[in-house]
Amino acid sequence: MPAPIRLRELIRTIRTARTQAEEREMIQKECAAIRSSFREEDNTYRCRNVAKLLYMHMLGYPAHFGQLECLKLIASQKFTDKRIGYLGAMLLLDERQDVHLLMTNCIKNDLNHSTQYVQGLALCTLGCMGSSEMCRDLAGEVEKLLKTSNSYLRKKAALCAVHVIRKVPELMEMFLPATKNLLSEKNHGECELVPQLVRILKNLIMSGYSPEHDVSGISDPFLQVRILRLLRILGKSDDDSSEAMNDILAQVATNTETSKNVGNAILYETVLTIMDIKSESGLRVLAINILGRFLLNNDKNIRYVALTSLLKTVQTDHNAVQRHRSTIVDCLKDLDVSIKRRAMELSFALVNGNNIRGMMKELLYFLDSCDPEFKADCASGVFLAAEKYAPSKRWHIDTIMRVLTTAGSYVRDDSVPNLIQLITNSVEMHAYTVQRLYKALLDDISQQPLVQVASWCIGEYGDLLVSGQCEEEEPIQVTEDEVLDVLEGLLVSNLSAAVTRGYSLTAIMKLSTRFSGVNRIKKVVSIYGSSIDVELQQRAVEYNALFKKYDHMRANPNPNVAVITIHASNSTEADMTDFVFQAAVPKVSRPNPAQIIKCLCFEVLIHGFGLRMRIKLTYTLKGSPVQDLAEVNNFPPQSWQ
Amino acid sequence: MEMQFMLLFSRQGKLRLQKWYVPLSDKERKKISRDLVQTILARKPKMCSFLEWRDLKIVYKRYASLYFCCAVEDQDNELITLEIIHRYVELLDKYFGSVCELDIIFNFEKAYFILDEFLLGGEAQETSKKNVLKAIEQADLLQEEAEAPRSVLEEIGLT
Repeated sequence: MPAPIRLRELIRTIRTARTQAEEREMIQKECAAIRSSFREEDNTYRCRNVAKLLYMHMLGYPAHFGQLECLKLIASQKFTDKRIGYLGAMLLLDERQDVHLLMTNCIKNDLNHSTQYVQGLALCTLGCMGSSEMCRDLAGEVEKLLKTSNSYLRKKAALCAVHVIRKVPELMEMFLPATKNLLSEKNHGECELVPQLVRILKNLIMSGYSPEHDVSGISDPFLQVRILRLLRILGKSDDDSSEAMNDILAQVATNTETSKNVGNAILYETVLTIMDIKSESGLRVLAINILGRFLLNNDKNIRYVALTSLLKTVQTDHNAVQRHRSTIVDCLKDLDVSIKRRAMELSFALVNGNNIRGMMKELLYFLDSCDPEFKADCASGVFLAAEKYAPSKRWHIDTIMRVLTTAGSYVRDDSVPNLIQLITNSVEMHAYTVQRLYKALLDDISQQPLVQVASWCIGEYGDLLVSGQCEEEEPIQVTEDEVLDVLEGLLVSNLSAAVTRGYSLTAIMKLSTRFSGVNRIKKVVSIYGSSIDVELQQRAVEYNALFKKYDHMRANPNPNVAVITIHASNSTEADMTDFVFQAAVPKVSRPNPAQIIKCLCFEVLIHGFGLRMRIKLTYTLKGSPVQDLAEVNNFPPQSWQ
Repeated sequence: MEMQFMLLFSRQGKLRLQKWYVPLSDKERKKISRDLVQTILARKPKMCSFLEWRDLKIVYKRYASLYFCCAVEDQDNELITLEIIHRYVELLDKYFGSVCELDIIFNFEKAYFILDEFLLGGEAQETSKKNVLKAIEQADLLQEEAEAPRSVLEEIGLT
C-alpha cells in the first residue's frame, strides 16, 4: 500500500482541475483512499489524511467520516497529531452531536499535560466549542490554570473561563476568587476594581513606547478598549463607580490621537462607555461632540458608527444631538446606503416644531431622489412628522400632496384611511384639497394611494369642486360630467387596483346626492351590477337598491338625513367570513325608526339631538367567531346639526 | 468582544478559512457562508466596511485578493474589530514573509494555528505581536521535533 499523498501535493493536484466535475472526481478518489486508510487503523498517516480531509471540507465536500479520526488524533501522544486533531474537532464536530463528548476526557488530560503548548491547544478548543456539559466537567481544571504562574496559560485560561461562564452562568461563583487575583485585588467588592482599572488605563495612555504592544503610536489599543468595556459594565447602574471614572474617561477622550483608525476605535469605545454609565452631563456632551466630529471624518466607517451611536442617544440627549443637525442632514446625500438610512432615521428623530419647515424641505428632496427601498419608510416618516408639527393646515395638505405625487406608489396601505381622516378634519381646506387632488388625477392615475384618496375626496366634496369655491388658489372650472369622466376612467383603467375601483364606484355613488345629473350615475352603477369583480358587483347591487327603495329621500334632500359610509378592511392574513355590521341609535319619537341595512352605507334619522351610535361587529376569523362592541359619539357636529 | 465567526474568502467566493465561535450545524454554516459571501461580494468598493446582516454586525476588509470578514454582536465596537483583522493580517504577513493568498491556500492549517494563538473564544488573548509569533515558533519547533524519526534520535543516544 503506497503512502498516502502529502497534503500540499493534494492541494496542488486539486487546483489543476479545470471543471467542477473534474474536481469532484479527484476528491472522490482521494476520499476513497482516505477511507480505506482509516479502516486499516493506520497511525502513521492518520494526521496527513485528516489534514487532507479538512482541506476538502473547506471546499464544501462532506467529511463527517473523519470525526472519530480526529478524536484518535487528539488522544495520540504526538504533538503534530494533537494539533491537527484539535483543529479537526473544531471544524468537523459541533456540540449538538454526542460524539463531541468523547473529547472531554482527552481535553482533561491535556489540560494537565507537561507541555504548555498542549495545554494551550486544549484550552483553545474548550474555549471555542465547549458545550455546557463539557464546560461543567472541566471547569475545575480551567479554574486551576487561572492560578498558574505561567502567564501564557493564564491568559488562555481566562478567556476559556469566559466561555465556560457564558455556557454555564452558575459557575461564575467558582471563578470569582481567581479573577480578583488576576487583578491583584486584595479587597472584596466591585467598587474597588474601578480605581484599579483607572490606574491601569492611566498608565497605558501615559506610558512610553512599547513597540510590540502598540499600534500606530497608541499603547496597546486592544487592552485599552477592553478596560473601557469593563468600566462600562461596572459603571452601568452604579453612581459611585461612574463618578470614579469620569476623569479618566475625559482624559482618554481628549488625549487620544485621532489620525488613524485605531485612535478613533478607542474614542468610539470611550463614547460607548460614557453613554452607558451614569455620567455627568458635561461628559455626555463631550461624547456627543466627539460623534459630531466623527461625522465630518473622511472615513465613511467612522461616519457610519457616529450615526449609529447618535441614533441610540437622540432620545436621551436630544438637545446635544440637535446641534449637529445640519451635518446629519448632509449625510442624506452620502453614497453609502447604510449611512443614508441612518441619516434618514436620525433626521426624523430630530424634527421638531422649530425646524419642521427646513427639515421637511430636505427630507422631501431626499424622498424624491432616494432609492426605492427607502421610499416607504421615508413617506411614513414624513406623514408622522407633518401630523405632529405642521405649522399650518395648508402646509400639511401641501406636504401630503407632495408625498403622494412623488412617492405615491410606495406609501403604505394604512396611510390612506389616515389621510382621509386628516382631510376630513381640516374643514376649511376641503375645497383646496379636492381641487389639488383632482388636478393630480388629471396628470397621473397610476399611483394607487393617491388615486384612492383623491376618489374619496371627490366623492365627498365634489360639490365644492364644481362650484369653484376654492380660496387658497385659483379655482378651476370643472363640470359635473368632467368629474364623472375622471371617476369612470378610474373604473375602467388597467392601472387601477380592485380596491381603487371600489373607492371610485362609491365616490360616484356619493355624488348622486351632490350632483344634479343623477341619471348618468344610475346608469354606471347598474352596469357594474353585473361586474365580474364580486366586490364591485355587491356594491353596485346595493347602490342600485338605494336608488330603487330610497329614492324618495333623495328627491327632497332631507337635511335630517345623514349618509354615513363605513369602510371595513381585513388586514389579517386569514379570511374573514360572515361579517355583520350593526348600528343602533337612541330611539327618538319619530314615526320612521332608524333603518339598519346590512351593507356598506346606511342612513340614519336624527332629531337634532347629538348623534350617538352604538355599533356591533361580528365576523368569523379562522373558524372562530369574533364580536366587537363600541360606541361612537364623536360625529362632527355638522353631520347632525 | 463577542465575535461569532470569521471567514476568509477570495474574490470568486471560495472559502479559504472559516472559524466559528458559536455552535452551528454544518448545514447552517454552509448557508450562512454562502449568503454572506454573496452579500459582501455584491458591495461596491466605495461602501463602508460595516453592514447589518440578520441580527449581526458584519465587519469586513479586503486585503489584496482576500476578504476578511467577521461577525460581531450588536454592542461590539466595529472600529476595533477592523484593528483585530488588521493585526491578524500583520501576524500572517510576519509569519509567511509578505503573505499572499497562495500561502493561505497551501498552509491553511498554519493560518488556523496563528489565529488560535491570537484569538481564543472570539476574543484577543495576546496583544503583543512578538509574543504571538514567538508562541507559534515554539509550537512549530515542537512539531518538528515530534516528527524527527526515532532512529535518528536513538542513534545519537537521545531517546
